[in-house]
Amino acid sequence: MSESARKEHEMNKMSLFLGCVIPNRYPGIEKSTKLCLEKLDIDCVDLEGASCCPAPGILRSFDKTTWLALSSRNITLTEDLGRDILTICNGCYGSLSDANNELKADEDLKESVNSHLAAVDREFKGTQDIRHITEFLYQEIEPGNIRELVTQPLEIRVAVHYGCHLLKPSKERTGMSVERPSFFDELVEATGAVSVDYQDKMECCGAGGGVRSALSDEALALTEHKLSMIEAAGVDCIVNACPFCHMQLDVGQTDLNERDGTEHSIPVLHYTQLLGLAFGYTVEELGIDLNSTLNKAFFEMIEERP
Amino acid sequence: MSATNGSTFLSRLDKTGTDILKCMHCGVCTGSCPSGRHTSLNVRNLLRKARKGESVLSDETLWTCTTCYNCQERCPRGINIVDAIFEIRAIAVHEGIILPEHHTVGKLLIEHGHAVPINAENKAKREALGMDALPPTVHSFPDALSEVRKLLANCKFDELISNE
Repeated sequence: MSESARKEHEMNKMSLFLGCVIPNRYPGIEKSTKLCLEKLDIDCVDLEGASCCPAPGILRSFDKTTWLALSSRNITLTEDLGRDILTICNGCYGSLSDANNELKADEDLKESVNSHLAAVDREFKGTQDIRHITEFLYQEIEPGNIRELVTQPLEIRVAVHYGCHLLKPSKERTGMSVERPSFFDELVEATGAVSVDYQDKMECCGAGGGVRSALSDEALALTEHKLSMIEAAGVDCIVNACPFCHMQLDVGQTDLNERDGTEHSIPVLHYTQLLGLAFGYTVEELGIDLNSTLNKAFFEMIEERP
Repeated sequence: MSATNGSTFLSRLDKTGTDILKCMHCGVCTGSCPSGRHTSLNVRNLLRKARKGESVLSDETLWTCTTCYNCQERCPRGINIVDAIFEIRAIAVHEGIILPEHHTVGKLLIEHGHAVPINAENKAKREALGMDALPPTVHSFPDALSEVRKLLANCKFDELISNE
């Protein structure tokens, strides 16, 4: 890594926000993230005592006051540390940055939320930022520097799935293109992989908005369509940036196979798992073999790398 | 008075910029909707009915929106469509109209501080990966969980969830 790039990213002290799905359903992603952060020499500590972000689709739908109060409590934890939050989930990123932006921009709203936080001796100040690991790595480390650290380039074809809340609503996000973004593809290609274009690439996985939890057949209809487009493109795996998309695309395949007798078997990896492979860690160390959809041929291909 | 017919309902929608006079019914929202491709959700129609004061609180398509924001991003009139859907959903929930699975998620949040809490299978997976069985979240810090519960109670979230 160049000296200037290193200096730049040393300015960012981060706290890792785990959310719910990663630590409690896909712990391999949590481990992969920590291995990658260490390799990239990023100063990041656990955000201890954090709760659910809370989940935007359902809990924000229920009651905005509760959603804001709970997300701002999580933000006060990182304000205490003087660190920015690093999220590894689009839902957490969306929830926390929407709340952070709204509260920073609206004094009355901030006062109202602080009246609730006072009950637990906390105060939202609005001093920190919320980041998502993909846009953070892209902007602070840059794909070229990541490529330099790759020890085992991956010669595989990848279907990149951005997920909705990484980019939208654009007024609250990175400012990068919503319809045809490329930053995540560039990060994937820094590992040596090829990001393959496919139809409806930017389309939703089907899980968000509380659809997966209450209306699973409707959610699966969207997932099935997405999978069929990915299968038509001929890829070795799907790479995402969100554990909820990850779960929908992973468990969705086994659900569809059970329901319809289909044989979907596309491996699903979070970006940190892909990057971990390129840094030389094994499938088992990164917990990729703990998915619902297991593809032996993919594991063998990874293991047989030079 | 039900919120569907009340002036509060429309004034709450006003805040989201869904003024019916702003919408020219071009249908870009519905045409951009990935859920609408596969389900009976018709976003334009749902919001049109809401603005006319017709009852949409029990409309099941209200909950088939994945909040992907395609409609809101592409609306040529800049209407905050998803924000309006959140608002209508909140009114429905406050009137006691809530899907049983979503009610369960609310209860899990109150009990564990996580909408998706840990279970035995994933404790084992964590240990197999050489990690602590419990993550360093509210799961490992009882004081933090008490704080979360106190905050939820202060927001009357527990009352909202117990009102079935």
